Amino acid sequence: MGTTTADVGLQRLTFTRKPDGWLTRLFDNKSFLVFLCMLPTIGLLVVFLTYPLGLGLWLSMTDATIGQPGEFIGFDNFVDLMSDPIFWMSVTNTIFYTTVATAGKFALGLWLALLLNHHIPFKAFIRAIVLLPWIVPTVLSAIAWWWIYSPQFSIISYVVVDVLHLRDTYINFLGTPWPARWSLIVANIWRGIPFVAITLLAGLQTISPSLYEAALLDGASGWQKFRRITVPLLMPILAVALTLSVLFTFSDFQLVYAITRGGPFNTTHLMATLAFQRAIPGAQLGEGAAIAVSMIPFLIGATLLCFFGVGRRKWQQGEAND
Amino acid sequence: MTDTLVPDSPAEIQAAVGYERPETLAWDSKLRRTVTIYIPLALFVIVLLFPFYWMAITSIKPDDEMYDYHRFNPFWVHSPTLHNIEVLLFQTNYPRWLMTTMGIAVAATFLSVGSSVLAAYAIERLKFKGAQHVGLAIYLAYLVPPSILFIPLATLIYQFGLFDNPVALILTYPTFLVPFCTWLLIGYFKSIPYELEECALIDGASRLQILRRITLPLAVPGLISAGIFAFTLSWNEFIYALAFIQSTDKKTVPVAILTELVTGDVYQWGALMAGSLLGSVPVALIYSFFVEYYVSSMTGAVKE
Repeated sequence: MGTTTADVGLQRLTFTRKPDGWLTRLFDNKSFLVFLCMLPTIGLLVVFLTYPLGLGLWLSMTDATIGQPGEFIGFDNFVDLMSDPIFWMSVTNTIFYTTVATAGKFALGLWLALLLNHHIPFKAFIRAIVLLPWIVPTVLSAIAWWWIYSPQFSIISYVVVDVLHLRDTYINFLGTPWPARWSLIVANIWRGIPFVAITLLAGLQTISPSLYEAALLDGASGWQKFRRITVPLLMPILAVALTLSVLFTFSDFQLVYAITRGGPFNTTHLMATLAFQRAIPGAQLGEGAAIAVSMIPFLIGATLLCFFGVGRRKWQQGEAND
Repeated sequence: MTDTLVPDSPAEIQAAVGYERPETLAWDSKLRRTVTIYIPLALFVIVLLFPFYWMAITSIKPDDEMYDYHRFNPFWVHSPTLHNIEVLLFQTNYPRWLMTTMGIAVAATFLSVGSSVLAAYAIERLKFKGAQHVGLAIYLAYLVPPSILFIPLATLIYQFGLFDNPVALILTYPTFLVPFCTWLLIGYFKSIPYELEECALIDGASRLQILRRITLPLAVPGLISAGIFAFTLSWNEFIYALAFIQSTDKKTVPVAILTELVTGDVYQWGALMAGSLLGSVPVALIYSFFVEYYVSSMTGAVKE
């Protein structure tokens, strides 16, 4: 891929060239071109991503408030958090929320993907509408869930109480801690199923049908085919989808902020919503930054666990590392 | 086949399932297909779509129907009204919020796709030294969630004097859009044969001519994918818009609905639902036109 090939100056009809000016030569210089092409991306990412990451670390060690730069106070923010029951509750909430919601999303998403992998009528249409919960702005669908979870006019309560007569009173979904947590998890699973299903469906479609035919000839049962063919071949894409899903569920903000805002009595806060509450409405930027920074080790741990925990399986299967 | 023989005990069921050797025959059974495929699928579709149905139906219900489930069946509208939508459009800043959101989303999309195309081209086609590492770094940037960035970004925005200014959002949305689009486009560029560029090089085209007249036209589907994705993600963004914008008339739709329409303890559910529904329409429309692009880019980006 010589860069000076163009200098030979072969004239063709499609590309007419003037004699090379310094500008033309500059634009044919590979290093310059690389620099020019990378400049906007690197510039944006360094200024608005890398620098803020560092700034976040610094802020977490200051007592900055909104409007005041604050002074360096070492690890005081973190020490304070250690003895803050609300912070610890947000940590356990986040871990619980991530674990249960991810498990739910992947179990149901895989099931949906397997269903969609059959020959069914209107497949493309069903696949398209199934993706809707993922396309629509999270906050807007969260508001719909909020209304579904309304204490007085919940449609779920209506069905349970007035149609099925399973209960006598309307369910107080968001008023008490545990029902509120489960309500949030259900809404999160609902929103996450389409992403998991469609990515896994793409993975399923790459598995050659001849493998299943061979297994059928060998007398494998449906479960064996699933366990020995589908699961191993789905692992690589599953690993990536799982990593992304865990990462974004762990750092979820919108759903909780829209449905409960951390209530009742701060019992459903995730680390992200608590960080927001302390930093922006509470004006304690330093403390909020400390909460946000304490998410980082969890995020790195979860990412490594998902990626290598699931990804290594693929290597054990003797597949090529692509 | 197993339908005629109804097994009584779990052991018998076990036995029946265990001896189901002629898989193909059982697979053809209509009842079995209905039970194992169509019913679960129907349940999935109902559950996944119900919140939208509920949103739509609530937004056209008059108040007396909305709050009285005993006289009116809540699953249906008896006398539909446009009152809620009228309130939303004429008594709030809703049209303004829509325009702001649209402007921000379009600008952030163009900025992100523009810089991503160049970066992806440089990484995939110019193959400079260390290109792979830069690619990996950009991928890692995608893994940094906005919820750990918004606090330092808020102070940064404040220092730049961009607080409460939509430009702040246009500049910060690329932090999550650019990594995504770059990876999408790298994958796309990979699928364009390099020979085409070599031919052009031999014909005496400059690198910029190649990018403009060969690579970009061939990458149009990839650009559309990246564009609609970036647009959707910017339209849906919430935390930055919540943290960086304060004045009512500069808010984006998701933030405005949650902060401006929820007043006091009495929620105007009709207007809230109408607002959510209308706020979802632009992305849903774009989505309906480009479904295939969404599906392919979503799965493409994950596969990379």
